[in-house]
Amino acid sequence: MDKQTNQRGWLLVLPVVVIVAFSAILPLMTVVNYSVQDTFGNNQFFWNGVGWFSELLDPRSELGARFLEALWRNLLFSAIVLAIEIPLGVLVALAMPRQGWTVAFCLVVMALPLLIPWNVVGTIWQIFGRPDIGLLGYTLNSLGLNYNYVSNDLDAWATVIVMDVWHWTSLVALLCYAGLKSIPDAYYQAAQIDGASRWAVFKAIQLPKMNRVLLIAVLLRFMDSFMIYTEPFVVTGGGPGNSTTFVSIELVKIALGQFDLGKAAALSLVYNLIILIVCWVFYTIMTNAGTERRAKEGVA
Amino acid sequence: MSESLIALAGIKKVFYTDEVETHALSDIHLEIRRGEYLAIAGPSGCGKTTLLNIISGLIVPSRGRVQFDGRDVTALPTERRNIAQVFQFPVIYDTLSVYENLAFPLRNRGTDRRTIDARVREIAQLLDLSGVLDHRARGLTADVKQKVSLGRGLVRSDVAAILFDEPLTVIDPHLKLQLRAMLKQLHRQLDLTMIYVTHDQTEALTFADEVVVMYEGEVVQAGTPEELFERPAHTFVGWFIGSPGMNLLPCRIDGTAAVVGGHRIGLGRRYAALPADRRIELGVRPEYTILAGLNGGLPVRVRRVDDLGRVRIAKVELAGHPVAAIVPDGLAIDGEEAAIALDSNRLHVYADGHLVAPAEA
Repeated sequence: MDKQTNQRGWLLVLPVVVIVAFSAILPLMTVVNYSVQDTFGNNQFFWNGVGWFSELLDPRSELGARFLEALWRNLLFSAIVLAIEIPLGVLVALAMPRQGWTVAFCLVVMALPLLIPWNVVGTIWQIFGRPDIGLLGYTLNSLGLNYNYVSNDLDAWATVIVMDVWHWTSLVALLCYAGLKSIPDAYYQAAQIDGASRWAVFKAIQLPKMNRVLLIAVLLRFMDSFMIYTEPFVVTGGGPGNSTTFVSIELVKIALGQFDLGKAAALSLVYNLIILIVCWVFYTIMTNAGTERRAKEGVA
Repeated sequence: MSESLIALAGIKKVFYTDEVETHALSDIHLEIRRGEYLAIAGPSGCGKTTLLNIISGLIVPSRGRVQFDGRDVTALPTERRNIAQVFQFPVIYDTLSVYENLAFPLRNRGTDRRTIDARVREIAQLLDLSGVLDHRARGLTADVKQKVSLGRGLVRSDVAAILFDEPLTVIDPHLKLQLRAMLKQLHRQLDLTMIYVTHDQTEALTFADEVVVMYEGEVVQAGTPEELFERPAHTFVGWFIGSPGMNLLPCRIDGTAAVVGGHRIGLGRRYAALPADRRIELGVRPEYTILAGLNGGLPVRVRRVDDLGRVRIAKVELAGHPVAAIVPDGLAIDGEEAAIALDSNRLHVYADGHLVAPAEA
């Protein structure tokens, strides 16, 4: 009798199994399938083993060089974006009002960039930065700066970075703001009595209370910026040359531009794996920080 | 000793939230002597914390002046007043060690390293924190955290008064006694002025020289614990101080007697006629209300007897009004019928809650 009731459990998980199978496992297996074969027209497939993977990770091959360059560009982009958005987000959060009607106003204004579809963000900046009709591009050129994101690598990078900062700093700021809001007034009052300077208050009270949300912010922003596609694709299309071709853009070029399904599949899997590993590392650090804290509290 | 350290004159505070005006404090006058241990007691929402924060400068009064040592400090920010404050919930700089926590106020004031070190170690010794100086403050228990936050006040040599805002709220009961004793000892040892806000009358009565009782934004009485007990100036004080609180009986005054539901109770003093539109009450502490056998005084109906260990308290009814009375040792209560005897020297008459002085005899 017991056995029968146990067997029925499988039936209950079946819907989840089906959904996960169709949404994740089957598509992923298709990609795995492509990554180990070479495709030709008329649906002809030839076994290639780990050929695409070894080519992808070999800097001397054409595919490997493109991938590693894009990867390096992507890491640099993420690093710059984090270096700007995290401190800036903290500063913005600190500057936000703590009470009154201005709070709601600030929150709405801050949330606006987050609500705009990524494609639209790209389009806004693509037009905004154009030297002929864009407000930003035109102004900069009128001021004597030779700014043109279509022809100059540095200008393209600056545009993409400023766009990302514009789009995502609010997220960091809102997370930090939530962290700051959770600090009881007594802390500020005690600090005032202790004669703490603004900087001492930040270091002794605000930063320690924010470090958890900051970790989340860093994680989110790293993941997002590492997977960025839409905005730079719309603005620069990966150019000039390959200067703003990040991994995802490279992937689309290979998969849909050249229709090299095997190479693209191998690249997808490696890309995915990198993200999973980074995710895991961050997750471990975060949970460790949590347990360490609990352990310390338990000791006393 | 009797020189006044802190003087509050005509303090008023009005809060505006969502267009609603709340009178947190109305017209407070208070003098706090140097070296005094003052308790501010009252129920939640009576404005005692607001008053404390006005003294410390965290809140600016809507009207009135605050003087320290005769100097007007009403407009002076907290860090420039010679006070320290300990809050209800321990405020600790989590990431700093206990040592750094104690050194924090001195470092902020630019004290030199050697003075800081000497001072921190001295205070740590005093508060029994020497063993945990290099611990991270985050992992400490609430009572140790509270000691650390007190220590941050004590390290400063400029501090003349320490303000406590219900500091023992989150402390375990057995540690509460310990900390209370420590505070009392520190007060003697350091000759500091301490102002202690609490809603717990026992806390207020057991260790303050003087207790200020607040009620709905006003000081209803300030005096020694004995004065508050023997001559409550307001029915609220009678009720709030003492356990159980004072018995209050609606009555009518007729010369030297109070009339409660047909019973005449001799007051031993003559009172002027009181206007009929005021609420007149007779107040007597349960300690001076003694239960007796059937013919021992005013007839009452016994509802319940609580044995508090030291003493037995009977909840009785006198002409329909609830009264608490002491049950003397050896008195056996038989059935519901009994009587109470009131100590005529301990009777007080209140009109609309305020104590009425007897007329000249």
